[in-house]
Amino acid sequence: MQIIFFILAGVALVTGGLVVFQRHPLRSALWLIVNFFAVAGIYLLAHAEFIAAIQVIVYAGAIMVLFLFVIMLLNLREPEAEAKFMHLGQKVGGIILAVFTVLLLIYGVMQVVLPPGKAAPPGLGNTESIARLLFTDYLLPFEVTSVLLLVAIVGAVVLAKSKLK
Amino acid sequence: MVVPVSYYLALSVALFALGVIGVLIRRNVLVILMCIEMMLNAVNLAFIGFADYFKAVDGQMFVFFVMTVAAAEVAVGLALIVAIFRNRATVYVDEFNILKW
Repeated sequence: MQIIFFILAGVALVTGGLVVFQRHPLRSALWLIVNFFAVAGIYLLAHAEFIAAIQVIVYAGAIMVLFLFVIMLLNLREPEAEAKFMHLGQKVGGIILAVFTVLLLIYGVMQVVLPPGKAAPPGLGNTESIARLLFTDYLLPFEVTSVLLLVAIVGAVVLAKSKLK
Repeated sequence: MVVPVSYYLALSVALFALGVIGVLIRRNVLVILMCIEMMLNAVNLAFIGFADYFKAVDGQMFVFFVMTVAAAEVAVGLALIVAIFRNRATVYVDEFNILKW
C-alpha cells in the first residue's frame, strides 16, 4: 500500500512540476489532468472512494474541459512570449517567497501533536456515510452551495457576454 | 500497511508549494489559475489524509465543499479571462494594467 502511495505521489509531484514549468498552457492543462488522476488514486488509498470519483468527474472532467475550451477559444498557439522587460526579480522573489511558504507550512505541521488514530467504526460505507452527514449536519452549507453555484453561473454568463446593454 | 498521515501532509505541502511557485513566477493567467487549482487540491489532500486518520467523514465533507467553490471559481475566473482577452488581446498578467491609472 505504501509502495502504491509512493508511486502515485511521485506521479503527482512530477506532473505538478510539469504544469508549472511547461511553456505552453495546453501542455500544462494536460499534465494537470494526469496530476488530478494521481491525486484521485491517493484518495482511493485513503478510503475516500466517493471523493475520488468526484475528483475524476468534476476536476479531471468538467473543470479541465473548461480550461481546454478557453485555451482553444483564445487560440494561444505560440508558447509564452518573452517578457517586454526583465522579470528576473519576479522569478527570484517568487521562488524565495515559495520557499518561505514551504518552511512556514513545515513548521506548522511539525508543531501539531496528533492524538492517536482510531479504529474504523463498523457499518456504513463511504458514500452512504457522506450522504447521511450531508443531509443532516451539513444541510445548510449544502443548500448554500447551490446558491453559490447559481451566482457563479449568472456571473460567468454576464462576464463572458460580449456586450452589456 | 497503512499509509501514515505524515506522508499525506508531506505530499500536500509539496503540491501546495508547487502551486505557490507557479502562481508567483508564471505570467500566463491561465497557468496561474491552474496552479490555484493545484493548491486547492493540495489542501483537499490534507483534509482526506486527516479524515482517514481520524476515521471521520467530516473531512471529506469539507473536500466536497472546497470542490464546489473551486468549480464556481474556475467558471467565473475563466469568464473574466475571456472578458479581459476581448479587451486587451493578452493573457499575460504583467500586461493587465487597466486597474492602474
